[in-house]
Amino acid sequence: MKKEVSVEVHNLTATYGGRPVLWDIDFSLPAGQIIGIIGPNGSGKTTLLKAIMGILEPSSGYVKVFDKPLDEVRERVAYVPQRESVDWDFPASVFDVVMMGRYRKSNLLKRTNKADVEIVEKSIEKVGLTEFKNRQISQLSGGQQQRVFIARALAQKADIYLMDEPFVGVDAATESSILSILQEMRKEGKTVLIIHHDLQTVSEYFDYLVLLNTRLVAKGTLQEVLTKENLSNAYGGQLTLLAKVVDIIKKTEFPIREKDVDL
Amino acid sequence: MNTFLDFISFRDPNVIYVVLGMLFVNTSSALIGTFAFLRKRALIGDAIAHSLLPGLCLGFLVAGEKNLIFLLIGAFVTGWLSTFAVDIIVNRTKVKQDAAIGIVLSTFFALGIVLLTYIQQNAGGEQAGLDHFLFGQAAAINRSDVWVFGVIVVLIIAVVGIFYRSFVVVCFNPDFARSVGLPVRTIEFLITSMTVLAIASGIQALGVILMSALIITPGAAARLWSHRLPRILLLAVIFSVVSGIGGAYVSYAKAGMPTGPWVVMFLSIIVFLSIMLAPNRGIVSRISRARRNERKILQENILKAYYQYHEKKQTKKLDQLLTIDQILSIRNFDTSDLMKGIKKLKREGFMLQEGTTYALTTPGQKESKRVARLHRLWEQYLLKRTQIDTDHVHSGAEAIEHIITPELEKELEKELGIEGIPDEDY
Amino acid sequence: MKIINEMNDLFIILTASLVAINASVLGVFLVLRKMSMMGDAISHSVLPGIVVAYYFSGDRTSPLLLLGATITGVLTAVLIDWLSSKAKIQNDASIGITYTLLFALGMIMISGWFSGNVDIDLDCVLYGDIALINLDKVIVDENLYLGPSAFLIELSATVIVLLFVFFGFRGFKLLAFNEDFGLSLGMNMNRWHFVMMGLVSLVTVVSFEVVGAVLVVGFLIIPAATAHLLTNKLIPMIFWACGLGVIAVIIGFYLAVWLNVSYTGAMVTVSGLLFFTVVLVVVLRKKRLSGEYLH
Repeated sequence: MKKEVSVEVHNLTATYGGRPVLWDIDFSLPAGQIIGIIGPNGSGKTTLLKAIMGILEPSSGYVKVFDKPLDEVRERVAYVPQRESVDWDFPASVFDVVMMGRYRKSNLLKRTNKADVEIVEKSIEKVGLTEFKNRQISQLSGGQQQRVFIARALAQKADIYLMDEPFVGVDAATESSILSILQEMRKEGKTVLIIHHDLQTVSEYFDYLVLLNTRLVAKGTLQEVLTKENLSNAYGGQLTLLAKVVDIIKKTEFPIREKDVDL
Repeated sequence: MNTFLDFISFRDPNVIYVVLGMLFVNTSSALIGTFAFLRKRALIGDAIAHSLLPGLCLGFLVAGEKNLIFLLIGAFVTGWLSTFAVDIIVNRTKVKQDAAIGIVLSTFFALGIVLLTYIQQNAGGEQAGLDHFLFGQAAAINRSDVWVFGVIVVLIIAVVGIFYRSFVVVCFNPDFARSVGLPVRTIEFLITSMTVLAIASGIQALGVILMSALIITPGAAARLWSHRLPRILLLAVIFSVVSGIGGAYVSYAKAGMPTGPWVVMFLSIIVFLSIMLAPNRGIVSRISRARRNERKILQENILKAYYQYHEKKQTKKLDQLLTIDQILSIRNFDTSDLMKGIKKLKREGFMLQEGTTYALTTPGQKESKRVARLHRLWEQYLLKRTQIDTDHVHSGAEAIEHIITPELEKELEKELGIEGIPDEDY
Repeated sequence: MKIINEMNDLFIILTASLVAINASVLGVFLVLRKMSMMGDAISHSVLPGIVVAYYFSGDRTSPLLLLGATITGVLTAVLIDWLSSKAKIQNDASIGITYTLLFALGMIMISGWFSGNVDIDLDCVLYGDIALINLDKVIVDENLYLGPSAFLIELSATVIVLLFVFFGFRGFKLLAFNEDFGLSLGMNMNRWHFVMMGLVSLVTVVSFEVVGAVLVVGFLIIPAATAHLLTNKLIPMIFWACGLGVIAVIIGFYLAVWLNVSYTGAMVTVSGLLFFTVVLVVVLRKKRLSGEYLH
């Protein structure tokens, strides 16, 4: 039986200020697994998630989700941004933020309905924040704030979840809470992509890995990816040549893709 | 034309005062403003400028007349208070810097308007000239003003000269400055004080509303031309002084025209010219660089096509004669681009034409091999270091072959362990 | 006579209150998006648009003028974006360069090119002509006095702003809290951004005659920021901001009458004093709380 493909990334290249951050990334990922995206700082992990989510326009290449363009299946994909990417002084309660998970293009101009409220309350309960439901988000701990974001994603009722560093700066309670949610999601056949930077815990958390450093260094099962050679390619400064080429591209503003195509 | 001659001949002593005044004021503000710009605190200058108004009015009320020293002291005090207020708001509450600046700016300015209208109602005709501080009137600069501005500019140049290195470190890397034991707070205090002083001296010519342009714009324009701070500072001063004198001239030539807006117009023209024309960062230079890149890619691709033909057809040497159609069978060039490229290559001595066929010269063959070789090297590198499907590796190397420098080529060879292989027969 | 005077005063207060409400509602979103200075830039930059439109229409309240000036405001936002993204000038400097340029252009038009043809003086630019709004009365059926035209125009702007914020509440909220999340839902956040910039332009243009171009930023930012310190909820924050704005208008009006000074100046000064009072309370309370922790 051919395994279902959740996310397919085809020849994806993204630049930031003329510098390639992702370069010719090409892979497809299995469905129903917990997938870790790992790589050193500045290796393009966040950019990859944003490109998959259509938040960022790639300079070339495309992404397919469940074999369809993203726009046709957007409601099956949920996104959890980095916790630091928002201002938690924003005047909103836990409930307000999780409710954003029920926003759709189609209901943006409408008010909340009862079914939505039920879903939101269930999601808050799942991350164990029911008693903080009406609390202002700035009064939560870092771990609780992270759980608010995860609850918002849960409220989206999606099939694929993209999470940007959900384990950063969280307490032990949050970590185990997130892990048990992940187990449950796997049981329900959901696919989860998680950006992670702690190599120590990689083998506990994930079934499948994508190793990134501007280019795709490796992907596959834990055994396939966590080899000495792959890790030293990604982390060990083995890609200095690649970095130098990236610098030249930025300096000369060279196009990474040529316009005429080879026969 | 006569007014112009009058202006440059300095026949009118007022013109001398105005020109000297603009020279001093704009030098002060451009010098210190560039530091504010580099510290990403450009808009604080805006808050300071607006906040001088209540100080000026208080200075006037205390002195009972338009005495520049009193006005400057008042302005300096409220200007300083405004930066202090912004810092307090940002550090002690959840209000962010942008809102703090907006609040301080509008509150102080509103207070200034209240005081100004109060003075207008109660002080009768003596307030004449106070409203020049709103929009600027360089023509009102007189002899004693010039002396005050001169003292201020000397002071600012001296402070910047003496503390130059500390200023630079604090602007670029305050954390580092702290770690090496520099008194960062004192230096910041000094920069802020000089900024307030420069702005205070400038408002007579520019007015409080537009004064921030004199702080922000010269540095922003100069930054586009250079990466070296001394040069940026010099350019900023030149841009600012030229605009200042230009603005003063317009307002001299046309009665009733405020100086400030024209100085800002000249500064803005300089900034937009810089955006277009500056080397490296300018738009024109970026467009021509893109053109150059495209040309290089095209020419090297034509040369490489010969190598690919030779490889595909297993010909013995690289000197085959190809028709346009044969070249197009190798690579899907745009035909008019191809003809242009060939013409250029012929001129540069890389190609020859025989009837309707074309061939490579000896240097052309060498180039052709070099490009093909770089392509191959990069493919090998990608296969070794990254996960890439064999059917993608070719397109991945396609663009990179054109930018690999001889040094990078050496490094690639070393990393791939093919050092010393002669490039004829790899 | 007395009744007429009171009537006029009432309309001054009502009109300024509407300015405060329009500005505060939008100001809440500007403050939360950390784009306060964008509001400042837009309010300064509508000046040339107002002058040009006024030159062609000869009427300060024509729809053409509102439209032309509003477009200038949106163009300001576009120019600032262009300067920071394409010309690579840091964002704060882009704002400073853009608004000083456009404001200078407007002033040159007023005092040079169009002088004599355009009846806008520089004082009006600074703090509006709120005292004069009663000269332009709207009377229907010969004797039914609806109020000064400035009041009616401001009222229609209020209706527009409130309708947009009511129906676009979710969009504006996403824009302010987490733009990336909005994009991940497939929403065109850029469009929401420009709708907001358009509304800010509209409000500053409409308020120009009442409070001028320079002080309107005080109406936009100060009550909203004060409200942010007083509440942790978005909808109450909007109501607080409007309330604070109106209070400042009323106190400011009587202060101005008493001291015989600029109405607008006094209103914004009061608004600022309210803000600093709240800051003082917040800072003192924090000190007391941390003191309690120590004991």
